[in-house]
Parts: sequence; C-alpha cells; structure tokens
Amino acid sequence: MTSPGNGLIKAATTPLILVVIVGLLLAFIPLNELILQLLNGLDKGSAYALIALGLTLIFGTLGVVNFAHGALFMIGSFCAVTLSRILSLSYEVIDPERKDFLGNPLKVDVPYVEKWFGEATGAAIIDWAVPLAILFAIPVMIAVGFIMERGLIKHFYKRPHADQILVTFGLAIVLQEIIKALYGANPIPTPAPEVFKGSFDFGVWMGFDANKILYPYWRIVYFLFSAAIIGAVFAFLRFTTFGMVVRAGMADRETVGLLGINIDKRFTMMFGIAAAVAGLAGVMYTPINSPNYHMGMDFLVLSFVVVVVGGMGSLPGAVLAGFMLGILQSFASMNIFKDIIPGIDQIIIYVVAIIILLTRPRGLMGRKGVMEE
Amino acid sequence: MSKTNFTRRRVLKSGAVAGAALATPTIFTASSVAAFTNEPTGSTVTFGFNVPQTGPYADEGADELRAYELAVEHLNGGGDGGMLSTFSSNALEGTGILGKEVNFVTGDTQTKSDAARASAKSMIEKDGAIMITGGSSSGVAIAVQGLCQEAGVIFMAGLTHSNDTTGKDKKANGFRHFFNGYMSGAALAPVLANRYGTDRKAYHLTADYTWGWTQQESIAASTEAMGWETVNDVRTPLAETDFSAYIAPVLNSGADVLVLNHYGGNMVNSLTNAVQFGLREASANGKNFEIVVPLYSRLMAQGAGANVAGILGSTNWHWTLDRPGTAEFVQSFGQKYGRPPSQAAHTTYCQTILYADAAQRAGSFNPCAIAEALEDFEFSGLGNGDVLYRGADHQCFKDVLVVQGKENPENEFDLLEVVEVTPAAQVTYEPDHPMFAGGSLGECNPGA
Repeated sequence: MTSPGNGLIKAATTPLILVVIVGLLLAFIPLNELILQLLNGLDKGSAYALIALGLTLIFGTLGVVNFAHGALFMIGSFCAVTLSRILSLSYEVIDPERKDFLGNPLKVDVPYVEKWFGEATGAAIIDWAVPLAILFAIPVMIAVGFIMERGLIKHFYKRPHADQILVTFGLAIVLQEIIKALYGANPIPTPAPEVFKGSFDFGVWMGFDANKILYPYWRIVYFLFSAAIIGAVFAFLRFTTFGMVVRAGMADRETVGLLGINIDKRFTMMFGIAAAVAGLAGVMYTPINSPNYHMGMDFLVLSFVVVVVGGMGSLPGAVLAGFMLGILQSFASMNIFKDIIPGIDQIIIYVVAIIILLTRPRGLMGRKGVMEE
Repeated sequence: MSKTNFTRRRVLKSGAVAGAALATPTIFTASSVAAFTNEPTGSTVTFGFNVPQTGPYADEGADELRAYELAVEHLNGGGDGGMLSTFSSNALEGTGILGKEVNFVTGDTQTKSDAARASAKSMIEKDGAIMITGGSSSGVAIAVQGLCQEAGVIFMAGLTHSNDTTGKDKKANGFRHFFNGYMSGAALAPVLANRYGTDRKAYHLTADYTWGWTQQESIAASTEAMGWETVNDVRTPLAETDFSAYIAPVLNSGADVLVLNHYGGNMVNSLTNAVQFGLREASANGKNFEIVVPLYSRLMAQGAGANVAGILGSTNWHWTLDRPGTAEFVQSFGQKYGRPPSQAAHTTYCQTILYADAAQRAGSFNPCAIAEALEDFEFSGLGNGDVLYRGADHQCFKDVLVVQGKENPENEFDLLEVVEVTPAAQVTYEPDHPMFAGGSLGECNPGA
C-alpha cells in the first residue's frame, strides 16, 4: 500500500531531476553556449517534430506504420529544387566582351523570368524560389499522398503492421531511386533568399557581448515556420468540424461510421494533409542542407524513435518528443560531453529512448491500447 | 564383390584437399596458367575505374570518370591526344598499349571500403581488369590498395590525400600521383603565417577517418611550428550533413581560426554552416576570425558558392596553372565536356597515362615490370612541372599550389586563384618521416 507522501515524492521527482541537470549545466557551461545549443536543438527538433507529427497523424487515423514518410519529406525538398530550376530556365546570349574558360566568347544564361518581368523583379523571383515552393509543394504533396494512399496503402489497412512496414519501406526505396534517376546522386545547393543570409546576434539582443550568440536567420525562420505549421495542424483538428470528426474517428472509428459519416474519405484526406506537412518540412529545410536522394532515410529512423518516445498515436507526444530529443542531441554534441563519452551525440537519442520506454512503455504521452494488441 | 579404394583415411584426406582448394579465393587461382593475374591474351587490355558515383564524394567521382574516359580515348588514338603531346616520355603513340586496345569497366565505391573492395574484386575476377584505379576517399583507396596487393594487380590511386596511403599503409603494387596531408601543411603554413600572423589559436573540425586524422596532424604540426596554438580538434562523422552543432561552439572556444579538415560534400556543408553562423564577419582575440580549408578543389568551391571567397587552402593542380600540359588538357577536357577539369580529373588522367607509359616502356603488363618502370621515374609535361615518382614509397613529388577562393569570379569555373606555387623541395620529406613510418612496401606481387 502506498502512502500519500509517496505520490508527492513521485510527482516532484521529474522537476527535481530537471533542476539538478540545469544547475549542473549552468555550473560548468557558460550561459551563452547553453542558449546557442538550445537554439540549435529547437531547430533540429523542428524537423523531427514535423516529420513525427505527420507519421503520428497517419498512424492515428489509418493505423498504418508509414515507412515512406521520410520519402515524402525528401519529395517536398525536391519540390523546392524543381521550382528553383523552373524559375531559372534560361536562354543563351553571347557576350563578346567576356571569355569563357576556353577563351571563346562567353555564353551567358538569361532566365526567362528576367526577360518577362524585368531584371530586378525576375532576379527577386528566382531568389525567393524556396519560400515560393511552399505554394507549389502543397498541391503536389497532397496529390502524392492521395495517390500513395489510394494506389497502395489502402490495400494494407487490415494487414499486420509488419506487412505495412515492408510495403511502405519498399515504396520509400522506389521513390528514392526515382529521385536519384531524375536529379542525380549529388546534393543540389538551393539557397535561401538573400535577405535571410547571415546571422542574428542574439548575444547583443540579450545583453551579452557581440558575437557570443550568433544564429543564422534562416534557421530562425525554419523554427518559426515549424511552430506555425504545428499550431495550424492542432487548430485544424481542434476547431474545425472536419477536425472534430477526424478526432472522433481516431477515438472510435466504428461509432463514427455508424452515424453515417464517411470516415474513410476523411482519413484519406488526412493522409494527404500529413504528406503536405512532411513536404513543407522538406521545402523549408532545403537551404539548411542541400537536398539529396537519401535525405528522407536519414530522418526516417530518428523520426520513428521520436514517435515511439512521444507515444504511438499521440500528436502532442510526437511534438514534445521531437523538440526534447532535438535539444538533447544538440547538448550532447558539446565538446564537454563528447570529451567524457566520445560519440555521445550519435547515441544519445537511442539511450534516452531506451530509458523512457523502460520506465514508460507507452512513451511520454501514449494512449492505452495503441500497438498493444 | 568388387573391392573399393575408398578407405576412411583416404576420404578424409581427399575432402581436406578439396576443401582447401574451394576455400582458396578465386582471385588467386583464376589465371593459374598465366604468368601474372589477368595477363591479357587477346587484342584488348581492360582497366578498372572504381570511383564514388554516390555519396559525399560523388561530384569528384563523376569528374574522375570523365577524365578516365578521356585518357582511354587518347591512349587509343582518339580525340586531340591531350597531354600525350606534352608528356616528356614519348613511349605512347596513340595505338593502345603494346599494340592492344584499351577497354575499361567501371564500379561504384559508394565511398565505402567494403563496397569498393567488392567492386574492385569483381572487376579483377569477372572483368579481367589488369589495373585498378580510382578513389576520392583515402579510407577506400587504402582498402582497395590492399586488395590489389593481394590480387597481384597494380593500383594507381586516384584522389587520396591521407599520409597513410604512401605511409604506414603503402604497398608495393600501389602508386600515388596525388599530394598528401604533410605536403599541404608544409605549403600552407608559411602563407598562413604571412597572411594572418604567427599568434593564432586554431580550432579544427576533422572528418573522422584516416584522411582527416593525418591531415589534421599535418596541418597542426606545420602551424604549431610557426607559433600557432591548436585549441581543439573535434572529429565529425563522414556521414554528417548538418555541422551546426559542431560550428556553434567554435566562437566561444577562444579560437580565432577554424580549420576545416573536410572534403567534398562534407566541406560544402561545413563551410556553408560556418558562413551561415557568421564566422566570416566575427572577430576573436582582437583579430578577424579566419577559416582555412587545407584541401581545396574547384568542384567543392562550386558547391559552396560565394562562401569560399577569400579562404585559403592547397590543391594538387589547378586548371589556370601556367605549366606545360595544362592548357592542352583543359582544351581537350573542355571541348569534350564543356567544363574545365578538376584536380581529381587531372590526377586520374595522369595516373592512367603514367600506367600505360610504364607498361609500354617495360614492354609488359606484368605488375612487377610496371612497378620497376614507375619507381624513381622522373617526368614533366603533365601539368605539374617536373615530377618524381619516388621508388622508396611510390609517392609523387611536385610543386604544391596554395589557392584562395576568388572574390569576383569572371565565370562559373573561375572560383580559385593560385596565390603561391610552393617548390617540391619545400614539401619533400624523408621516407621514414614519423608521419609516414610504421609500414613497408613489401614485395611486388604479380599474382596468378
């Protein structure tokens, strides 16, 4: 029998551990370095959370473990590459004043958008290719998600999770190879707009000396964008009739179906929305790291760890775990920790996942019954 | 009743012999009647081009393949002949090698040692390649060099810059035209001292494999010898794509120089991250913060774009270098592919020509005869000036270029400018130098 005091101790344990950890960090690491790594962690966490959110959305609605979700992130990134190439389509003009590397008159590429909209406006449109790709990617990703779900995944709803994993993993490899065939194996640099180049001096803003906490503008944009998308998804599910029906369907699919609502159609639409979320995460990630055909696989395993740690089927859990593991990974990459445990930055996520799953088998916010049959 | 000869002892003995025969790698038995592995008997001879077609060094691999194909074309008498017209040896006449037409097969190393070995093994066993060449990762080059030594074929290393390739891991069947980490340090350090002063604190980010380790060791030793202090050396995984977590602590480390011991896609990403994090505009210890890229390439500079402006590094060769052979090679490569060759393309083209020339001079494809022809061979006209293929370690010695990212490029290929040509004598070391000690060439293996 437990006494009331035991419950109090248990409730106070987690905050107490956090206070001790933060105290130790502050004692040994300068505050500006901690803030810098916190920003870095939020940034990493943004990507993890967005991908995990889409994964959880699909799992929570359709009950499908989608191993092709990383590929959707990659396709989103290549939407930005594609739009950038479309906007840069050019015709050649020979400039007799300048020479190429062989000493011949230089052939200069003039983009059509510069011809049509004027040099300054055309250059600005090309410069803003990545943000503009958001508009391009939304319909593309919804279409890709719809085709994927109707064309393949719906045939595996009633099959075991192992079958779903195999078929979606195979699909991911097929999509990866298609991108490799179309765009090649090399990373494709796709920069952010000129106005977002450089870094913001958080140090000066927070009262530190200059150069103490520099953080790139585009990474700040990425974090804010991620927060907006996460907020929009939650608001959509919370405040729209469509979202409420979907949530009801997630809780009890059969009862909602008996009310005469075509829940399957709504779930298919949710698959498209989840694909768009992953795609937009990929679009905005493009300037951070040059897109390549295996970038989806690089994120996939980590995202699944995030989903499992957050709790299968829990949307808040996915977001919480995404940011938490991103921040932990960022702190673990500090030299002070790597000097003590070499390689800790590479394994920290898995170590934490093991600890959390040993103590909370359903993850941080997992629901009873999910993946437990 | 017939009497059988199969006694228990005899069956066991036969089984042991058969088992041993089956267990012997086919690589050593495939051509047991020949004098050496894959001795060409028909009208053709086959080269194996083993390059990274995927992974962080795929750009370099693609350019290497272009150069290999161009070299084969020139050896067989096609095209304009490229550097064959300026090469100081006149043995090759554009009629193949020893009257045999040159063919080639290709493989993808994936920048992974096991994949590269599997690919090289297949080219030797299945395709009958007489020589393997390629690279773009020292880890891969060393692994394939070891395989070629066992198999009894010559390995003409492509882009490999680790001291170990011709240091502790050198092999009698392996030859390297490319320069190495020690040479980069010896060439770069005086220019760095001249440009940034002798009171500097350097922070190294280092690719975590043989090339990164030996380059870091070499650059740190050379810069420390002129007064710099090395405040930290952080190892980064080769597969890393986002270096932000490694870049973020640099400004708070007390360092005023960041040395990026990265190459290829790693370098593009780490340099881009460093510039994104404002290191170019920052100051530390009352000085402008500086970034150094010890091993540069034009392809890498293309990937990093404007981020390379003003950043110093070293290179094995550059297409604007004013040396006999360079203009011919640039013309030949440029006409065929519409771009100037990279240093990776140059070194692999040279290696192919040097192998072919050695076979022609030796009058044989026997690896030991070719090794003998290459050892202590002095030549010129391949774009680097006077070069020595030192017999003691199979390393080429030539002038080393210090280059800088151009501030105002005139065209998309005009990204680096040569700021110093360091004489070969200044970058030459003894074969038993501590950074190269610990291994031996061993004996040439003709295989078969």
